[in-house]
Amino acid sequence: MTKSKPLTGEFFMNGDVACAEGAISAGCRFFAGYPITPATEIAERMSLRLPRVGGIYTQMEDEMASMNAILGASWAGVKAMTATSGPGFSLMMENLGLGIMLETPCVVVNMQRAGPSTGLPTLVGQGDMMQARWGSHGCYGIIALSPSSPQEIYELTIKAFNLSEKYRTPVLIMSDEVVGHMSEKVVIPPPEGITLFPRRKPNVPPEQYLPYAPDADLVPPMANAGEGYRFHVTGLTHDERGYPVMNAEAQDKLVRRLVQKIERNKEDIIQIDEDGVDGADVVVCSYGISARVSQFAVERARQEGIRTGMLKLVTVWPFPEERIRKLARRVKAFVVPEINYGQIALEVERCAGGAADTVLVPHMGGSIHRPESILDAIRKAAR
Amino acid sequence: MNQAILEQKHPMDAYLREDRIPHIWCPGCGLGIILHSFLRGLLKSGLPLDKVAVVSGIGCTGRAAGYVKLDSFHTTHGRAIPFATGLKLAKPELKVVVFSGDGDLVAIGGNHLIHAARRNVDMTVICVNNFNYGMTGGQLGPTTPLMARTPTSPYGNPEPPFNIPYLVAASGAVYVARWTAMHVRWLEKSVSEALLKRGFSLVEVISPCPTVYGNMNRQPTGLDQMRYYREKSVVRNGANPKNVDISLNGEIIVGKFVDIERPTFSDRQEEITRRIFAPELPERDTSQQEATEV
Amino acid sequence: MKHTGKKPEPGQVKPSRCQVNILKERCKGCLFCIEFCPRQVLHESPEFNRKGYHPVYADSNSDCLKCGLCELLCPEFAIHIGPVEEEAAHD
Repeated sequence: MTKSKPLTGEFFMNGDVACAEGAISAGCRFFAGYPITPATEIAERMSLRLPRVGGIYTQMEDEMASMNAILGASWAGVKAMTATSGPGFSLMMENLGLGIMLETPCVVVNMQRAGPSTGLPTLVGQGDMMQARWGSHGCYGIIALSPSSPQEIYELTIKAFNLSEKYRTPVLIMSDEVVGHMSEKVVIPPPEGITLFPRRKPNVPPEQYLPYAPDADLVPPMANAGEGYRFHVTGLTHDERGYPVMNAEAQDKLVRRLVQKIERNKEDIIQIDEDGVDGADVVVCSYGISARVSQFAVERARQEGIRTGMLKLVTVWPFPEERIRKLARRVKAFVVPEINYGQIALEVERCAGGAADTVLVPHMGGSIHRPESILDAIRKAAR
Repeated sequence: MNQAILEQKHPMDAYLREDRIPHIWCPGCGLGIILHSFLRGLLKSGLPLDKVAVVSGIGCTGRAAGYVKLDSFHTTHGRAIPFATGLKLAKPELKVVVFSGDGDLVAIGGNHLIHAARRNVDMTVICVNNFNYGMTGGQLGPTTPLMARTPTSPYGNPEPPFNIPYLVAASGAVYVARWTAMHVRWLEKSVSEALLKRGFSLVEVISPCPTVYGNMNRQPTGLDQMRYYREKSVVRNGANPKNVDISLNGEIIVGKFVDIERPTFSDRQEEITRRIFAPELPERDTSQQEATEV
Repeated sequence: MKHTGKKPEPGQVKPSRCQVNILKERCKGCLFCIEFCPRQVLHESPEFNRKGYHPVYADSNSDCLKCGLCELLCPEFAIHIGPVEEEAAHD
């Protein structure tokens, strides 16, 4: 047996497996994780495939170790990923913050299940969406992508790696148990058909290198360990040299840049799929598996003569504030189905600013919405 | 003011971030000594400095990473070891050193410590033990001697401490030694040996902490504690780690306790790779490589 | 600590010119070097450095063995053995 190449072709696979294959297609060669339903299959697939493509799979003793191991691997110059669900996601929060503070490219996958706490381990939820934005302490920007199918999770995992290298930040994939466990056709293109964004390396000699001196897009070039740059980096508030600086001025400069790094590059980062939104009276705004269920309700509503649009959030964070603000002036209402008691709906409502109604269609978790519940909400909103 | 300091040079300045000297450690703290011995041991080992990565956690000892002119990472509390594991597995040519304190490595980081030793990840851990959480004011930790006074044990510490050499030896470490900040020459030699050793090596270094621990336990200066080490430490190379507990003002047994051979984590991963790519080759019998019990 | 060898007697070793360099501004007055010097070469000076500590000084007429313990035991990288340098001019 010789070293395997990434897969190419058409496959029937579930979302977890597709996610693992997306990582491998993206050049991920390090996975550190811990078993947790419903993300375990990602770890299992990586343990099977990574050694065959020359990568390393390691199962760490807990989720904190997993998060830190992928940061270390990334600093050694290897693309790295971990995968978990709600309880593990909570454990990873402190060190996700370390990744953000050190500006470490990596991908963290959350196959959401119903919470809080142990909840329903084998059943769907979407209750970690706000945690994805604010889960670690302090102020920062974050990128989170939300796939709705195995094909999409394959593609978005590649996109996640690209965004993480481009913006030197951990990127989250906020998927869910249904997408993870559903099996569908996944088309994997040949490697030549996949664009990968390379890590931005310093173009100065080590004596002149400043680990956190940003380029024009607010992203600093990154030296890896063992390349002779002899850098120091810390989770403490630091200056461009990477040294800890304990004052408000350094804090202001650093935190503003960490937030603006994502904010100012929003146009490049945000991806939303729109269908029939222009001229709509009601726009259904959703993400993940709920976006797929919504599609059915949207089609039925249109058959009933309601001018309905579908706005699928592929990027949930950063949230497409301007688009919602603009649409709010022209539509009657946004209908937001999500498998929680209202999280992204809060963002929609905030951005709508009262110009349009925001109608939450909640579901506490354990199953996906009945399309009729979304259809009912559309009908009511259209009146 | 810094100009006057910078005008004066020390031979070790080549390996320190001299724009950050003087360091933040208190007068009488042993960390500067330990850092010096560590650097000397590193130089003596002959390892290429560009390939050395130092990872530290949170605490006074954790600040050491910020003073060395090497690729260095000051990470979160207790997580230096898994971070270092990721570095090492992803880039095996790196020499990874974890430089951290007793609270960081043995309390919040305790789980990672024993697992890394169990796996025998190739790394060198310098565990500075000053018997308390110094940075936050001297609170008790898992190595604080029984009945010692600290701000969170004002009536005496009711918890028996860990015996760190015993803990890591039992978990599978291949090199275990303990010295104090006074044993500078032994320490330098141990550091060299540990760095060149394949597998999980740990050197525990007992260090004075006059400002907090010492102050509350009748050893208010670093000198008091160094004198205590001189009086009460006993060099016993080859001692059974089981027997090297430290009690308040008791004997401190120092020495090299464990030096064995075991397949490293990378060896085992390579074995897996061999199975994938060459299943027709006979499996290697690694039982001879397993160490006998210390 | 138990000794394994015999200390040379004063006068048994030919004294060389004391070659202990002190970086005065780094000294924090911990007294380790004074304590562990086998020949009483080092002493606390009455002056202050910029941080307000009494730095140590080396007695150039002393019986320095160049054993190096002061250099190794200094936590501040403030002592090194070698040809004595001229004191740096202060502003």
